[in-house]
Amino acid sequence: MINPTIVDLSRLQFALTALYHFQFVPLTLGLSFLLAAMETVYVITGKKIYKDMTLFWGKLFGINFAIGVATGLTMEFEFGTNWSMYSHFVGDVFGTPLAIEGLMAFFMESTFVGLMFFGWDRLSKPAHLAVTYIVALGSNLSALWILIANGFMQDPAGAKFDPTTMRMQFRSFGALVFSPDAQAKFVHTSIAGYVAGAMFVMGISAYYLLRKQHREFALRSFRIAALFGLISTLAVVTLGDALGRMDYLVQPTKLAAMEGLWHSAKGPAAPWKLIAIPNDAKQKDAFSIGIPYVLTPLVAHGWNVTIPGVYALERDARARTISGIKAIIALKTYGTTHDPAALAAFDRHEADMGYGFLAQRYAPHQDLSAITPKEMPGVLAKTARETIPNVFVEFWSFRIMVGLGLAFIVVFAFGAYYSLRNRLDQHPLVLKAAMLAIPLPILACEFGWVTAENGRQPWTVYGWLPTFQSASSHGLGYMIFSLVGFMLLYSLFIAAELYLMFKFARLGPGVHAIPVPPASVAARPLYGQPGYADKSWK
Amino acid sequence: MELYIALKVIWAGLLGVLLCGLAIMVGMDMGVGTLLRFVGRTDAERRTALAMIGPHWDGNQVWFILGGGAIFAAFPTLYATSFSTFYVVMILLLFAMILRPVAFEYRSKVAARHWRAGWDWAFLVSGAVPMIVFGAAFGNILQGVGFHFSWDGQYYQDESFIWYLLNPFALLCGVMSISLAVYQGGAMLMIRGSGDIAARARRFAMAGGVLAAALFVIGGVWITVIKGFAFTQKVNPGMPATPLGGPAVVMRAGAWLDNFHSVPILWLFPLIGLCGMLGGALALRAGKPILGWWLGALAWIGTIATVGCAMFPFLMPSSSMPSESLTVWNASGSAYNLGWMLGFTLVFVPIIVTYTGWAFRVMRGKVNPEAIAADDHFY
Repeated sequence: MINPTIVDLSRLQFALTALYHFQFVPLTLGLSFLLAAMETVYVITGKKIYKDMTLFWGKLFGINFAIGVATGLTMEFEFGTNWSMYSHFVGDVFGTPLAIEGLMAFFMESTFVGLMFFGWDRLSKPAHLAVTYIVALGSNLSALWILIANGFMQDPAGAKFDPTTMRMQFRSFGALVFSPDAQAKFVHTSIAGYVAGAMFVMGISAYYLLRKQHREFALRSFRIAALFGLISTLAVVTLGDALGRMDYLVQPTKLAAMEGLWHSAKGPAAPWKLIAIPNDAKQKDAFSIGIPYVLTPLVAHGWNVTIPGVYALERDARARTISGIKAIIALKTYGTTHDPAALAAFDRHEADMGYGFLAQRYAPHQDLSAITPKEMPGVLAKTARETIPNVFVEFWSFRIMVGLGLAFIVVFAFGAYYSLRNRLDQHPLVLKAAMLAIPLPILACEFGWVTAENGRQPWTVYGWLPTFQSASSHGLGYMIFSLVGFMLLYSLFIAAELYLMFKFARLGPGVHAIPVPPASVAARPLYGQPGYADKSWK
Repeated sequence: MELYIALKVIWAGLLGVLLCGLAIMVGMDMGVGTLLRFVGRTDAERRTALAMIGPHWDGNQVWFILGGGAIFAAFPTLYATSFSTFYVVMILLLFAMILRPVAFEYRSKVAARHWRAGWDWAFLVSGAVPMIVFGAAFGNILQGVGFHFSWDGQYYQDESFIWYLLNPFALLCGVMSISLAVYQGGAMLMIRGSGDIAARARRFAMAGGVLAAALFVIGGVWITVIKGFAFTQKVNPGMPATPLGGPAVVMRAGAWLDNFHSVPILWLFPLIGLCGMLGGALALRAGKPILGWWLGALAWIGTIATVGCAMFPFLMPSSSMPSESLTVWNASGSAYNLGWMLGFTLVFVPIIVTYTGWAFRVMRGKVNPEAIAADDHFY
């Protein structure tokens, strides 16, 4: 028997730790490339100010990077500690991109970041620049493999369920890696990180300009960030559109929730809801304003298409649940008796297996074979209702993300324009907006995460394995212990992080660029040097 | 099927390699973290000690992440079951592990005494706890963990964590593990340090090596009376990867020595381990820290290989339902997956070893305390 409270607590813990981790990832992705860009200018022009820029922003990068690495560890652990059925069910497929991420990306990023911070006096200029680029490349490759893994949860490509081992078996590496959902999400997410990095640099530079400090430094940083940010934001919005189309193709329930579609939308006049107050309990809007003729071209890139709404999707789910219940009953019989007839029955209903798992929650004692004909309609209705993610959360998290994205275009465009015309000083409003916008791209990323992952519910593997079925069977005490521990530690971290970020940002560049001691002082080469023969401990 | 068996064996071996990499590289940093408060009496000394592993700890820590990822992919059922049954231990390990990166990056950024003292304690906890847990986990696995599976592959736990966490044999393994880490970390502090730090590190490292050797011998004798696991039915190594419906397994005292009896050359591994510990302590005594460090690595390899050989093909035996014990044969990924992963490993591990070596070369040499004192923003 699965305990719903434990599942909910496991979900809460995962969501909290993932959202927490995701505060730091975008900045790492974006800042690493900005550092590379600044250092490139330094190597080409030889101007010291660009080295100061690289060092200063690198310092802030480091503060952010450490906590990103730390909280990333949690994510990898949690699949095993809290989602054992999930790990068993898809480990053969899902574990692979995680392992490759370690081999290909994380090792590179982490080994070279040490050289990036401490190798200034030990490496030639081009070699250090190469190291900086490798760190940027490593963090982005890291994101690629993580999002390939996530892509599998959204659209399980490249695997097939095996009734003997009771799990998904890996079938096609190509299908996993080149899953359109994964690829679209990788580009969208990593570039969202560039936006966050650009806003961070632009915002802090704006702060200096407003306070008339570090002018030369701030003007240059501002310009690089504004241009980088403008291009990135335009790319993010375009790619977000591609991702919306992916949802239309592979995740109809997510799309229906995102757009608040209770009734199926028939093109071409179907309105796109600008604002609505969706009520999940009553399955209708308390209020809505829509713009006609926008929805289908926006989502489906076509005029005469029908986008299924919640009611239609629930009808489909009901039919699939009937088949899915047969699949699970046959699978259980096959698992215990190895009866070929049961296997044949399972094969007939295999495609709907996930819906059978989903229905287990509402069966008496979570046993599908115990459902009486009288109880069946109730189980089907509850299961069908369960297949629709929370519409209110989905609708609004999506709109907040998109709204923020569009607002960033404005901020970056004005910033870039006035920066290029050297007129920033006459427009303190732009500077103030840039400064206040520092945390907003990260907020947009968080809402993007909610849109993607809340929209995937009730599944951990879309259509195959329900979240309810995926959790480990822990006691309540375990969950409280870990949740409280995470909250205490993470609160400590964020307090320390913010304190240091504000402290070093306020102090500004120059003062706190790492003064690099000459090699002869920092450390003598080991071999054949007096230091090695140092027998002072004898 | 033959290929599948070969892949399973190769991945069992690679798992061993990963564990060795983790123990040596992460263990060294953990050892330094544990010793920090003891070898460094003043703040300057502590910063000097941290600077010795400063440029490398982050890369080293990836062994840990890679270890998790590789178990997830290559032995998914082992990953799912071990991480969940060891929940409290794993969460403690995790807390310690996430404290470390933050401590490294944040400690020296503020000069206040309390701030630094706080992070110094964080280093002690986040260095010692994971290494004790690492060893204790092996100690527990050797004795079997109570779990079984339901028809759909979900594990169920049959005993409370207090019993498997706090038993004398597991504690012995935990203490041995931290001793080896202290030895390895101490050797590194001697290689890159000088003066008082090196002198203090030397004493701790030597003690670590000797203590580890003593515990290794005691553990070896103890294992003869501990109930090991053995198959009583014919086993098909190419079996489908499921713990359900496997061959019968029996628990019998001394069964962990079966492999050594049937293949006597395996005795070489415990011998290598013991030589590494004692030889290393002697090397440090003679003022040869680099030799000592490498002997310490050998000590880890010998120890981990000894445990691996004793248990093979078992990975995580079940004390409450022995026939559902997880083994190399029944807990692995599919042949397709193991094949792809092997390909990636063969390409990337040499690359990783090359650039890690290069990074150590670039940053080689003794750390100069005066330079650290002059630089506010080194670790």
